[in-house]
Amino acid sequence: MMPNLFPLLVIVVVLFVVLNLSAGLIWVERRLLALWQDRHGPNRVGPFGLGQIVADSIKLFTKEDWIPPFADKPVFVLAPAIVVATALISFAVVPFAPGFVIADLNIGILFLLAMSSLGVYSVVLAGWSSNNKYSLLGGIRAAAQMMSYEVFMGLSLLGVVMIAGSFRLTDIVEAQRKMWFVIPQCLGFILFLIAGVAETRRLPFDLAEAESELVAGFHSEYSGMKFGMFFVGEYIGVILISATISLLFFGGWLGPVLPPALWFALKTLFFICLFILFRAALPRPRFDQLMSWGWKVMLPLALVNLLVTGAVVLARR
Amino acid sequence: MFSLMRSLWEVFRHAFARRVTVQYPEQKAYLSPRYRGRIVLTRDPDGGERCVACNLCAVACPVACISLQATEDEHGRRYPEFFRINFSRCIFCGYCEEACPTYAIQLTPDCEMGEYKRKNLVYEKTDLMIDGPGKYPDYNFWRVAGVAIGGKDKGEAENELAAADLHSLMP
Repeated sequence: MMPNLFPLLVIVVVLFVVLNLSAGLIWVERRLLALWQDRHGPNRVGPFGLGQIVADSIKLFTKEDWIPPFADKPVFVLAPAIVVATALISFAVVPFAPGFVIADLNIGILFLLAMSSLGVYSVVLAGWSSNNKYSLLGGIRAAAQMMSYEVFMGLSLLGVVMIAGSFRLTDIVEAQRKMWFVIPQCLGFILFLIAGVAETRRLPFDLAEAESELVAGFHSEYSGMKFGMFFVGEYIGVILISATISLLFFGGWLGPVLPPALWFALKTLFFICLFILFRAALPRPRFDQLMSWGWKVMLPLALVNLLVTGAVVLARR
Repeated sequence: MFSLMRSLWEVFRHAFARRVTVQYPEQKAYLSPRYRGRIVLTRDPDGGERCVACNLCAVACPVACISLQATEDEHGRRYPEFFRINFSRCIFCGYCEEACPTYAIQLTPDCEMGEYKRKNLVYEKTDLMIDGPGKYPDYNFWRVAGVAIGGKDKGEAENELAAADLHSLMP
């Protein structure tokens, strides 16, 4: 009885933690942005303004959920669900602590990459079904951006895979007992960090949304909880990429004194804060700059990193 | 690339900077004495109404939010029978204060006048009238004005020469 219930318990805990954390990130992001802009941020509702999370959720849930008459209705409804679903499914392979993982797949990294690539369908379909030129432009941009940044996102991880000799995330973490992979794979880490920001469509790379150019890009026509789904999906994506970075490059749950899950949470939280710092500090590049940066700089760098790592791994064998 | 790293660092350093936000209901921003806020009707140093119901403020008002009716007391002194400002229209431009010949209407540094009902923003004379002379403590229009008014004849005002006796004017 107990062995069958344990995976269910893990699923419930993971869903609970991830969904609550992604809602809480609204507050974290606003407070941190305010901190870096010499403001206070939401600090009125409840202690430290934490009630803002509840207030925002209630507002999103009770707002009118309007589908424009010109929209392609089934696709319009489906699109926000995809981004949340794919991001949540990705958490199936993320190990929070030794043994505390829903499915310890032997192709964990590939599964992560596949699911985050599926997430782009949400944006493209949302842009297409909204039947609005700004949304469509946002969708097109998202498609092109994802396509370009996905390529070296995968390649930048291969160095880690080669050193660890496994696609399984728990094996990769265990392989970092002596040294975190951020030291031998420094370039790979930087490349993955940039690709991760682009993958979650966060601010330096939020060309799909680009409120100063495209109104709100792919989700211009969305309101109520459908818009909330995009919001939550984005935050789950941020948590996912931060968790992935801490697993692949910073030794996941490994660390002295503190319990493993806490180490993992701390590392993930650090990268979430870094994501928000990116948003606070960096300007959005032009679209052609984004593309040429991706293809002409990042991709060759990722390939060089791959070749050098491969050569070193071969030589040391 | 270097500039990006530098801007990241500079933005991060702002975490330890002083906040510019004023935590409004607890702390209040300084409003200068000449701030254009809630409008009041002031009184003479003697305690009489300054307003002479000349209607210049109502004419100057760009949004026509002032309405008043002039009347006279037993000394022939003009004063407003009613004086009404609709603050839901008022844009706090201060033109009424500039137009006023007797310093009666003045704007004050108070801007906390939110209401839940729109009709509560219509202020009557009793709401507008204050007991003091406002920004001009010593000014008394009737004492400097060259008109005969109850108790004060022509030529008795401050800085006014005695009225010339036309019948005794000899070359």
